[in-house]
Amino acid sequence: MPDARSDIFARIREALKVKAPRPHLKGEPVAGKTSAAAKPWLPDGGESAEASLAILAEQLAKLKAMLIRVPDHASAAKAVAELAAAKNWKKVAYHGHPLLRPVAAALPCEAWEADASFEKQRLEGCDAGLTTCESIVAQLGAILVSSASSGGRALSILPHAHVVVAEAAQVVPDLGSALALAKARHGDQMPSMLSFITGPSRTGDIERILVLGAHGPKELYLVLVG
Amino acid sequence: MSDSKAIFLKDAAVNAADGDQRAFIRKALGGYYVNRDLQKARYRDWERARDAASLAKWSAVNDLAAVLEQFVANFERNGGVVHWARDAAEARDIILKIAADNQAKAIVKSKCMTSEEIHLNDALEKAGYGVVESDLGEFIQQLRGEAPYHFVFPCMHVKREAISELFTKHLGTAPTDSPEELTMIARRHLRQLYVDADIGITGANFLVAETGQISITENEGNARLTAALPRIHVALSGIEKVVRHLDDLSVLLPMLATAGAGQPMTCYNTLYSGPRKEGECDGPEQFHLVLLDNSRTRLLADPEQRDALHCIRCGACLNVCPIFKNIGGLAYGTTYQGPIGSVITPHLRGLKQWNHLSGASSLCGACTDACPVRIDLHHHLLHNRRNAAKEAPTLFDRVFHHGFNFVIKRPWLFAAGGRIFRATLPLLQKLPLPYMGAWMKTRDLPEAPARSFRDQWKNPDA
Ligand code: SF4
Repeated sequence: MPDARSDIFARIREALKVKAPRPHLKGEPVAGKTSAAAKPWLPDGGESAEASLAILAEQLAKLKAMLIRVPDHASAAKAVAELAAAKNWKKVAYHGHPLLRPVAAALPCEAWEADASFEKQRLEGCDAGLTTCESIVAQLGAILVSSASSGGRALSILPHAHVVVAEAAQVVPDLGSALALAKARHGDQMPSMLSFITGPSRTGDIERILVLGAHGPKELYLVLVG
Repeated sequence: MSDSKAIFLKDAAVNAADGDQRAFIRKALGGYYVNRDLQKARYRDWERARDAASLAKWSAVNDLAAVLEQFVANFERNGGVVHWARDAAEARDIILKIAADNQAKAIVKSKCMTSEEIHLNDALEKAGYGVVESDLGEFIQQLRGEAPYHFVFPCMHVKREAISELFTKHLGTAPTDSPEELTMIARRHLRQLYVDADIGITGANFLVAETGQISITENEGNARLTAALPRIHVALSGIEKVVRHLDDLSVLLPMLATAGAGQPMTCYNTLYSGPRKEGECDGPEQFHLVLLDNSRTRLLADPEQRDALHCIRCGACLNVCPIFKNIGGLAYGTTYQGPIGSVITPHLRGLKQWNHLSGASSLCGACTDACPVRIDLHHHLLHNRRNAAKEAPTLFDRVFHHGFNFVIKRPWLFAAGGRIFRATLPLLQKLPLPYMGAWMKTRDLPEAPARSFRDQWKNPDA
């Protein structure tokens, strides 16, 4: 008996001998990559940096994610320290990134560089995870984290709160730009995980009523520098 | 009558008569309609975005062999292992073998309809593994011992009181009527299970050929945890989930969320390209992907309905379907409910047993209008009806169609029939008409017109 792989490919080739018509479209199809051409039809991500930032702020508010804008890195550290004090965080895990070490150092509570000595049980006991990100999508209010920019896979999802520190220049207008940027940056060496985070974890599974903090973070903060 | 049809008719009748339950479902969907419209309004041209989404899927599905090969080559280059399964049994065996080879004990799953399709949980439990569904809705359904009601909102039919009772019974928690508190109970209960599990099983929403990544869409974060903490990650996906370019996701991800759940984007959209990489601090040591055919190639072989493989499982067609809203998801008796389920189940599981679902439609076309990838759903239901009548015509089909054919070709006979019908109508109105069954229960026969249409057409002034 032929192996499953060749069998399935044989079935596919046989099935595709008869061509299917193109779907009925509303407009004329555009040559080349259709998805790139779709940009002007999708939700607006802003033509200028300023416009994008305004859209981002609006989207994040709707998603119940907190946006904290600060002028420089020193104020970012101060803002995170204030947040930790206000929320009474006892333990914060952070990604060992040059941008984040000074922020962690300023925390009024225990801070642990999670990616230096990863332990899932210990991470589970942390109140918050502190990471950087790859980019931020204004159009959707989505923050792209990766196993490279966020200290692995668990740090941005397991603790109760997630704090992202990023520069305003990391804001891109739309999803397509964020994907293109990731491709340009990593080529065929993509981090093993890339994740778009659009607001705090949520569920509507009980009577379709929105509840935040299903399995992932209940609170999401974006500290934007500049 | 097939067994599945008899069960369907019975369940559908019971559910349709349950006014309370129907009102509950309508209310649960109320917020969705509002949010969906708000989000759709943000699109600068929703209809043309649908064009792009349908073309992205059409172009991949119609070149499936090449696109799949490209995907697999890239996936393997990233360090993942691909397994091929012709059918459900092969897929189950592959996953059981991975579990046995790695001496796994505990398995945590995130929502994956393909695993429902192959009845994976049963097989794993029979083999002695502890399996926990981590998606809240799936977790509730697992405790209830019931299949998902809706493939995006698995327990949308269950009231909070029932969930509270369920949790009290199985988890020993205090009763509560707050959805928030109920969610937190599940959250606390499942936390440690992620940490302890050896294997995490997920589905996949898209397979990106260009980069060899799989894309998983979710709201709760349970799939993220499932793919982060256990030492082995197994993903299960149908072969049709492949798209050509990473950029295709810039259209498909937002549209999936907007059409299906009225969101700008689901909370987590994650691309996985392999096991933990060198230099990464966590993540699984092994990453397996099981690619499943299970009759998808049969659907592929039908060019007329091939576009049903474009489905991105957003659930929009269920949310707008009057039949779904009245009979509920469980009555279908299928893995995939609603219009898309009615279209594909006869292909996946046999037209003879499942053709009755082609009739579970008012042909209003709401599903086709809602579908972000422009699948011609309601016409496919008609195609299935036609195919069934061709494949194995019932006595009624034969008598009726031959009779109709005979009469319509003979204008004099048609006219004579009309005259007789008009003359006997007043009599028919007085007779009980058992043979018209359900149709006549709520309807009266119309009054007979004095003249036929053809007569009026010929002499409009007479
Ligand atoms: S058929 Fe279309 S509307 Fe229905 S679930 Fe699939 S993609 Fe969504």
